[in-house]
Amino acid sequence: MGAEFWTTPLSEQEWSAISLSLKVSLWAIVAGLPVAVFFAWLLAYKEFWGKSLVNGIVHLPLVLPPVVCGYLLLITMGNNGIIGKFLNETFGLNFVFSWRGAALAAAVMAFPLMVRAIRLSFESVDRKLAAAASTLGASPLRAFVTITLPLISPGIIAGLILAYARSLGEFGATITFVSNIPGETRTLPIAIYTYTQMPNGDLPAARLVIVAVVLAMVALVGSEMLTRRLSKVLHG
Amino acid sequence: MAKPSLDISVRRKIGSLDLELDFSASTGGLTAVFGRSGSGKTTLINMLAGLLKPDAGRISLYGKVVFDSDAGIDLPPDRRNIGYVFQEGRLFPHMKVKTNLLYGVKGGLRSEQKIVLDEVVELLGIGKLLDRRPHHLSGGEKQRVAIGRALLMNPDLLIMDEPLAALDDMRKHEILPFIERVRDEIVTPIVYVTHSVAEIHRLASSVIVMREGRLLASGSVAEVERYLSLSERMQEMQREQKSA
Repeated sequence: MGAEFWTTPLSEQEWSAISLSLKVSLWAIVAGLPVAVFFAWLLAYKEFWGKSLVNGIVHLPLVLPPVVCGYLLLITMGNNGIIGKFLNETFGLNFVFSWRGAALAAAVMAFPLMVRAIRLSFESVDRKLAAAASTLGASPLRAFVTITLPLISPGIIAGLILAYARSLGEFGATITFVSNIPGETRTLPIAIYTYTQMPNGDLPAARLVIVAVVLAMVALVGSEMLTRRLSKVLHG
Repeated sequence: MAKPSLDISVRRKIGSLDLELDFSASTGGLTAVFGRSGSGKTTLINMLAGLLKPDAGRISLYGKVVFDSDAGIDLPPDRRNIGYVFQEGRLFPHMKVKTNLLYGVKGGLRSEQKIVLDEVVELLGIGKLLDRRPHHLSGGEKQRVAIGRALLMNPDLLIMDEPLAALDDMRKHEILPFIERVRDEIVTPIVYVTHSVAEIHRLASSVIVMREGRLLASGSVAEVERYLSLSERMQEMQREQKSA
């Protein structure tokens, strides 16, 4: 690779893939978080009939081929799918061929990782502290928000970072569900793949690979720093 | 004798313990709950505080029914207004001592309540600790903060579950005077769980003796001692416990 690799600025398409990926991943983890906290809480603290089934479904995206997940999303969340049709007709919410669909696919694929990290920290929190809060007059909700939630925050950060990294890398489910539309669903990995299939695509592909590595590193280092600060706040 | 303030009639099976209690007691001053480990002391106070649900029965405190299985009443802990000092303190690790102390204060600092922060801080000698984190406190300091936190919620009843058990002898002697001050200067009645005869003699005005999930005796310390020649029995039980 010559000097042009370093000197040519990123093209508009390359920028668009990067910013789209960041937007999609951010929405995927932000929208997925409350749901993940709920399921982590459910699986960590509650005993109920059908728990192993729920546990299995939560973990399914981890073991299924991503293309299968994309296909399942297409038939359930597509405009003729059971849920997709309802959302489209009731709220005008459309996922197909849209960045929203890419975010949904990323959220689904990252979901098990997020749940696992948060569930672990639920399980390691001393539940006697919440009981102590209840004797001090705290409702279950207040005890959860003021005691349990701060104490599991390192697990939430870890879950968010894992899920963010997984979302950035999401390829199979996304391309199956929402295809490869520049500026709308062509995320970083899909753009890299597309460039490798094009004549003269080597240069942009290699540059986007470097961007992907940098984004992943920033996430890792950031989470490390955040976790260290949090543990100082939490444990003095 | 004063009018009974605690009416309890409950059954609860938990592990190998088959607890069955039916008694009334007046809980002015400091009432000790005495018995060896496994006699059901902690089970009893957890049912009072609402942390453990009896299988059946009825509990009323100062005429307020907090549990009645027939009537379907089971007030959650946060609506019983019972302060609880746990054996291990259970301070919230992510909050400063002052935030811990104020956690149970209803309506924030400006509320008009009988027991206020300055008084508690002075009473327990914890003024210098307010800006520290629980992590940096000694065992004795943690327990003093835990007592203060429970007092500041202005409870109708203060439960202390072997608050000295996790401390060495020196720390125990450091805390005992503070518990005496709480007993003498705050009107809140105290239920104090212990298996130490020395603590009963030093702190308690009345005592409830439990054995294998049943009530063995209750009344003033002197009455109960006469009735059961308790002192002897207590020491015997303590010896057994030590050898166990």
